[in-house]
Amino acid sequence: MAEDTKKLALISARGTLDWAYPPFILGSAAASMDWEVGIFFTFYGLPLLKKDLKAKVSPLGNPAMPMKMPFGPEGFQNINWPIPNIITSNVPFFEDMATSLMKKTFKNKNVATVEELRDMCVELDVKMIACQMTMDVFGFTKEEFIDECEIGGAAAFLSYAADANITLFI
Amino acid sequence: MSDVTPDKTLDCTGLMCPMPVVKTKKALKELEVGQVLEMVATDPGSIPDMEAWARQTGHELLESEEGDGKYRFLIKKTH
Repeated sequence: MAEDTKKLALISARGTLDWAYPPFILGSAAASMDWEVGIFFTFYGLPLLKKDLKAKVSPLGNPAMPMKMPFGPEGFQNINWPIPNIITSNVPFFEDMATSLMKKTFKNKNVATVEELRDMCVELDVKMIACQMTMDVFGFTKEEFIDECEIGGAAAFLSYAADANITLFI
Repeated sequence: MSDVTPDKTLDCTGLMCPMPVVKTKKALKELEVGQVLEMVATDPGSIPDMEAWARQTGHELLESEEGDGKYRFLIKKTH
């Protein structure tokens, strides 16, 4: 172990597929460097603790999100499809389609799934704290979440982050 | 090429960030202090990542070389 163990404190407040990646990637990478890591899941980040992870991504209101096709020749795959909001908001199940296209693109590029990265975090002893207040507001129970998470509030997170080297709100 | 013979080889070809460092960390757990792990990756980001990883963990990056689209690292477990 390096002499001075570093500490990373993250707040995960967004639960869509695109926003699910950063906390688990940073968390597992930091834990791999022997850092102490804690992630506080609050508001829409909370569902990322569910045993059955169902993160989706929406192109609606996400104008910088590239829309790529995960199949066909490379030139075709590299095309960024301009999809107007009128379609992304009105075509039924557009979100599901965009989610499966993005998952397929990630898989093609050999990027680990969010579930795999979360498992790595668990295995590397990343501390995961579920926000009690958000649980009460949205009606989540501890049983819906992975066993490794603990429950806490703002004070619990702040106390954890007080001596962290890096604190990020994601 | 050095004449160090690795005690274990870890294949991370095809894997993207952060899996090469995560798997390296896990593989190193299985080794004794002083033993050497060879890790092979295809992610170009693994070069700066492994250098940073070694700086942070204190394990020794004996070698880092590139060839045929592959990146090969030799890591000595120091503690």
